[in-house]
Amino acid sequence: MHVALLFVRPSGSLAAPAPGGLDIGIVFDLGGRGDKSFNDGAYIGANRAVKELGARVRFVEPGEGSDREAGLRLLAAEGMKLVIGVGFIFTDDLTALANEYPGVAFAGVDFAVAIGPDGKPILPPKNVAALRFREEQGSFLVGAIAALVGGSKKVGFVGGMDTPLIHKFEAGYRAGVKEVCPDCEVLVQYAGVTPDAFRNPGRGKELALSQYQQGVNVIYHASGSTGLGVFEAARTMNRYAIGVDADQYQEAPGRVLTSMVKRVDNAVYDVILRVSENRFSGGIYNFGLAEDGVAYIYDDHNRALIPDNVRARVEALKAEVIAGRIAVPSSR
Amino acid sequence: MMNQRVRTMMEESVLPPLVALVVALVAGDLLIMAYGQAPGVVWRTLLEGTWGNSYGFGQVLYKATTLTCTGLAVAVGLRAGLFNIGAEGQLAAGGFGAAVVGLMLPAGTPWLIAVTLCVLAAALAGGAVGSVPGILRARFGAHEVIITIMLNFVVLALLNYLVSAKLHVPETLHTPEIHAGAVPRLSSAFAAFHGSAANWTIVIVLLAAALVWGFLFRTRAGYELRAVGLQSDAAEYAGIRSGRVWFNALTMSGALAGLGGINFVLGYKNYYEDGFTGGAGFLGIAVALIGRNNPVGVVLAALFFATLSQGGLAINAMVPKQIVEVLQGIVILAVATAVPEVRRLLRGSMQRRKASS
Amino acid sequence: MNDSAPAIRLTAIDKHFGAVHANRGASLVVRDGEIHALVGENGAGKSTLMKILSGMMPTDSGTIEVHGRDVTGWDTSEAIDAGVGMVHQHFMLVPTLTVAENVVLGREPVSAGRFDRVRAVRDVESLCKQSGLDVPADRLVADLSVGEAQRVEILKLLYRGARVLLLDEPTAVLSPPEVAELWKVLRRLRDGGATIVLITHKLDEVMAVSENVTVMRAGATVEQMRTRDTSPEKIAKAMVGRDVDLTVRAGRSASDPTASAALDVRHLVVRGARVDRAVHDVSFRVAPGEILGIAGVEGNGQTELLEAIAGIRAVTSGEILLGAADITNRSVHTRGEAGLSHIPEDRHRRGLILDYSIADNLIFGQQHQFTSNGILLRDAILDHARSRIIEYDIRPTDPSLPARALSGGNQQKIVIAREMGRAFDVLLAAQPTRGVDVGAIEFIHAEIRKARDAGKAVLLVSAELKEVLTLSDRIGVMYGGRLVAMFSRAEASEEVIGPFMTGAKRELVA
Repeated sequence: MHVALLFVRPSGSLAAPAPGGLDIGIVFDLGGRGDKSFNDGAYIGANRAVKELGARVRFVEPGEGSDREAGLRLLAAEGMKLVIGVGFIFTDDLTALANEYPGVAFAGVDFAVAIGPDGKPILPPKNVAALRFREEQGSFLVGAIAALVGGSKKVGFVGGMDTPLIHKFEAGYRAGVKEVCPDCEVLVQYAGVTPDAFRNPGRGKELALSQYQQGVNVIYHASGSTGLGVFEAARTMNRYAIGVDADQYQEAPGRVLTSMVKRVDNAVYDVILRVSENRFSGGIYNFGLAEDGVAYIYDDHNRALIPDNVRARVEALKAEVIAGRIAVPSSR
Repeated sequence: MMNQRVRTMMEESVLPPLVALVVALVAGDLLIMAYGQAPGVVWRTLLEGTWGNSYGFGQVLYKATTLTCTGLAVAVGLRAGLFNIGAEGQLAAGGFGAAVVGLMLPAGTPWLIAVTLCVLAAALAGGAVGSVPGILRARFGAHEVIITIMLNFVVLALLNYLVSAKLHVPETLHTPEIHAGAVPRLSSAFAAFHGSAANWTIVIVLLAAALVWGFLFRTRAGYELRAVGLQSDAAEYAGIRSGRVWFNALTMSGALAGLGGINFVLGYKNYYEDGFTGGAGFLGIAVALIGRNNPVGVVLAALFFATLSQGGLAINAMVPKQIVEVLQGIVILAVATAVPEVRRLLRGSMQRRKASS
Repeated sequence: MNDSAPAIRLTAIDKHFGAVHANRGASLVVRDGEIHALVGENGAGKSTLMKILSGMMPTDSGTIEVHGRDVTGWDTSEAIDAGVGMVHQHFMLVPTLTVAENVVLGREPVSAGRFDRVRAVRDVESLCKQSGLDVPADRLVADLSVGEAQRVEILKLLYRGARVLLLDEPTAVLSPPEVAELWKVLRRLRDGGATIVLITHKLDEVMAVSENVTVMRAGATVEQMRTRDTSPEKIAKAMVGRDVDLTVRAGRSASDPTASAALDVRHLVVRGARVDRAVHDVSFRVAPGEILGIAGVEGNGQTELLEAIAGIRAVTSGEILLGAADITNRSVHTRGEAGLSHIPEDRHRRGLILDYSIADNLIFGQQHQFTSNGILLRDAILDHARSRIIEYDIRPTDPSLPARALSGGNQQKIVIAREMGRAFDVLLAAQPTRGVDVGAIEFIHAEIRKARDAGKAVLLVSAELKEVLTLSDRIGVMYGGRLVAMFSRAEASEEVIGPFMTGAKRELVA
C-alpha cells in the first residue's frame, strides 16, 4: 500500500524553485504561524511581496532551538536571495551565517544590536539588515491617547520582564502622557525579572486591578501574554487597556482603547522590496512612525472610543514626531 | 532449532518495529496527500535532506546525540521498572551544570581537564535532579512518575530564573560563552560536515551507551537492577534491596539525561540557553520504548527520531511541521501496541502500582 | 459412543509458541455427558489444548468439532455462546465485587436501562441451588476461600449456559474436604447432562471421578483409556513413557532428639497482609537430618512463617536461630551465607525471573559468588548452568533459553537445582512440587530425601497432605496462624490430621 502511494502525485504539489527568481526564505520563531503577532506579521508582509513583487517565499517552522540555525542554513544553501529570521533570538545565528554566506542577504526582525565599549552600536555584518522598531514613538502616541481619554490624571503601565527593551515602551509612553498632561501621574509596574514575566496573565491581572483601584482609567501593557490578564482586569473593572505589538481589540472588545502595533509586515515587505530593486544593504533599519513601522490602531472597532478631538491632537503629535520637532526618549 | 530461534527473534524483536514503521509511513502518505503533495517526492526530500548530504546527516547526528542520552536515561529507569518522565529537566540541569563549570574555569585550563570537568558537571547535575525522585521513591514509596513530572517544572523554572536574572547576556536568553571545555565540531576533522552542529561529544555519548549496555548486562548491579524491574518480589526473595536499586537507577537515569546537555553546551553553542532542551527529554521516552530499552536499540531509535526531526525541516516547504509531529505520534502508538515487551512492561508497572497501593 | 456425535472432537491439533512446539497433532474425543480426565506431565500440552478448544488461542492446524459442528478458529465468546467454557488455574474474578456481581459480569440483568442488582442476586441464588454449588451470593469475592472462589468461576460458566466445562487443575488449591466437595458438584453437573474435561496430573483424582482418560505426552495424545479398565501405574507409564514407582516410602525414623537444632524458631509472631498475627506464637525446632513437614490448608500462616524465616517478611516478635546464630533480623543475603536455602512457594512470582535465561536463573540469589569486582563472570555462570542442567535433568538443555519457555516442572527444577546445588544446612521447601508433573515430583522428593540423609535440616510446607505424609519425619499442622498439632511420622495419617487442618480439633503445641 505504501509503495503504491509513493507514486501518487496530486496536481497541487510544489514544484522546485527555478533559478533567477525573487526567492525569499523566512524562518519563524518557535511559536510559528498563528501567533497573531510577529510570525503572522512576517507572513502577511511576505504574502504582499508575493502578490506585488512576484516573490516566491519559503517558510520554515523550527521544531526546537537548534532548528533555527538549521532552517536559516537550509534556505541560504538553497540559494535564496534573502533569508529572514523572525525574532531577536535569531541574532547570533544570523551573524554567524552571514559571514559564511556573504552572497546571501539576511534580515532579522528585532535583531539585537549590542552596544560596543565606545557607547556606539556594533553594526551587524554587511549583508545583514537589522530590522528594528522605534517602539517608543508608537508608545508616545498611545501615551497621549491614554492621558486624553482617561481623564483621571492617572494612567498605568504594565511591563513584562524588567529589561531595557521594555523600558523603551515605558519611556515613550511616559513622554506621550507628559506631552499632553504634564501633571499626570504614570503608574509603572513590571511583572517580573525573568522571561516568565511575559507569560503570566495572573500577575498581569493582579497588577492591573491594583492600578485601576488607585484611580487609573487606562493601562498600556507591553508584557506578552501577561497582558491577557490586563485585558481581563479591564473587562471586570469596566476600564480601558491598550494593546501592544498587534491589534489586540478582540481580546476584550470595547475595552481595548487602541493598540500600539509593530508593523512587522511593512518591515518585511520593505526589505524584500529593497532586494527586488537591487538596493539591499546591511545595517540598522529603524522603523518608526515615518516609515510606517509603528502605529496605533484607529479603525471601525475603536473609533467610538477615541473622540475626534483626541484623534486630531494625536495626529498632530505624530506629524511633529515625523518632522523631528519632538524627540521621543528611548530609555528612562 | 537454531533456525527456529532466529525466526523467533525476528518475530519478537524486529517485526513489530517494522510493522509500526510501515503503519506510520502509510498514515504519513495519506496525510501528505491530504495536503495536496506527492508522498514519494516528500519522502525523497526528507531522505535527501537528512541522510542524502553530509550537512543533513551531521544535523541528524547532532540531534541523535541528545536523544541517545535521554533515551538511555528513560531506558535505565524502565529496566528497573521505573518511569522517569523527568529527563527534560535533568537534561536542562546537565547543560546548565556544564555551562557553569565552563564559565568558572579560567580560559587557559588544559582541554582534557576542562572537558572532563564539564562532562562530569553535566552528569552530576542531572544525577542530582534524578536522585530526588530516587530518594522519595526508595524512602517513602512516592510515585516516581508524579515526582519526575513535577520536578521538571521546578528545575526549568529555577534555571530560567538563574539564567535570566543572574547569568544572561543582555537582550538574550543565554549565558555568556564558556571559557573552557568547548568540544570541537565534527567539521573540524571532516570538512564535509561543515555548518552542521554535529560535534565530538557524540563519542562521549556513544561511549556512555556502551557503558550502559555493559552495566545492564555484564555487571552484578545491572543484573540486580533488571531483576527488580522484571519481578520485584523475586528480587526481594534473592536478597536484592529494591530501594537501593531504585535510588541508583533514578540517579543514573538523571545523570544520563544530564549528560545530553553537553551536546548543546560544549559542542554547539558554547553557552546555556533557556529552553535549549526543546522536548528532547520527553522524546527520550519514545526513543527508549522503540529502542526496547536496549542501548543499541536506543542509539538506532535516536537516529530514527533525529531523522524525522531534521527531515521535518527539509520537507517544511511542502507540508507543515505538524505532519512530522503526527508521524512521530503514530510511530509511538504503533510501537506501543505492536511490541509485546513494551506492552508487558507497561502492564507490569501497572500491576506493581496496584500491588503497592 | 458411536450412536451420536461426541461432545468434543479435536483432530490433529498443532501449536507452536516461538521455538516451543506445544501441541503436535494432538487429538481428543469426549463423549457427551461424561467426566473426562486429561492427564499428562507439566508441559505435555494439556492446557494449550484446552485453551485452543475454548477459543482463547487459535490452532496452527487441525480441526475442532463440538457436537459435530466444525468450529475451528472460534473465539472465546463464540465458544461460550456454544456452551463451552473454561475454569482457569488462576481465577479471573473481581475481588471488590460480590459473588452475584462477578457471576453476572458481562451479562448483567438490566431493568429500565440500569443494572438490576436484586434480580442478579436472585438468579445467582437459584443457580446455586440448582447446581449444588453453595456460595453466598452477596459476599465479596475478596472474603471467599479458595474453594468458594472456584465455585464462583464454575457458576459464571453455568450462568452463561455452559454445557461443556473445562477445568484446569481445579484441585491444586483445595484442601481435602474441598476436593471431596468438588467431586460431588462435578458428578451432579454430569448427572444433569453436562460434559466435563478435567485437566490434572494427580492419578488418584483420575481414578476417583472420571469415566475416560486421555494421556498426553510431549504435545501429543498418546493413549485413551476407560478409567475402570486401567490403573494408576498404567496411566503413569503412559504419561512418562517408562515405569514409575508410585509407592509411598516410609520416612526414616525421626532423628536423635537430643541433637542440637539446625533451625530453632521461638515464639514467632509475624504480621500478614491483612491480619496482625498471620503467624501467632509459633515455636519448633528442626534437627539436622530431619524433615519437619507443616500441613495445613493454604492461607493459615504457612506462607508468612516461611517468608519470615527466609528474611523477606519482617518479624514482629520472637526469635529465629540458624544453628547457634540469631538471624531474626538479618538480611536475606546474610541468611544465605549462614547456610539457609529456600525453595519459595511461588516460582513465577519469587523463585524465578521468567525473562532471565536458565543460566541467569541458576545463580539468582547467589549472584555475588559469580562476580568479580562487580562484573558478572559469564563463563563461570555458563559452566555452572551446564553442569546443573545435566545433574538435574533440566529440559530443554540450552542455558540461554528464558525460563519462561520451560514447562512448570522444568522451571521448578531450576529452583531446586539452584537451592539444593549450593552449600546449605537448612532447607525451606514451600510447595516444592506444586504444578509439577509426576516424573518431576518423584525426582524432587528424592532430592529432598537425599538432603535429609546428608544431614540437612528440612522444613517442608505443602498443601498436599499426601506429600507431607510421604516425606516428613515429624508433622506439624497449622491452623489460623498457630501450630495446632505435632505428630511423629508413625502417629500421622490423613484421618488423624484432617480435623486439625480444618480447625475442628486443636492441641496447641508449645
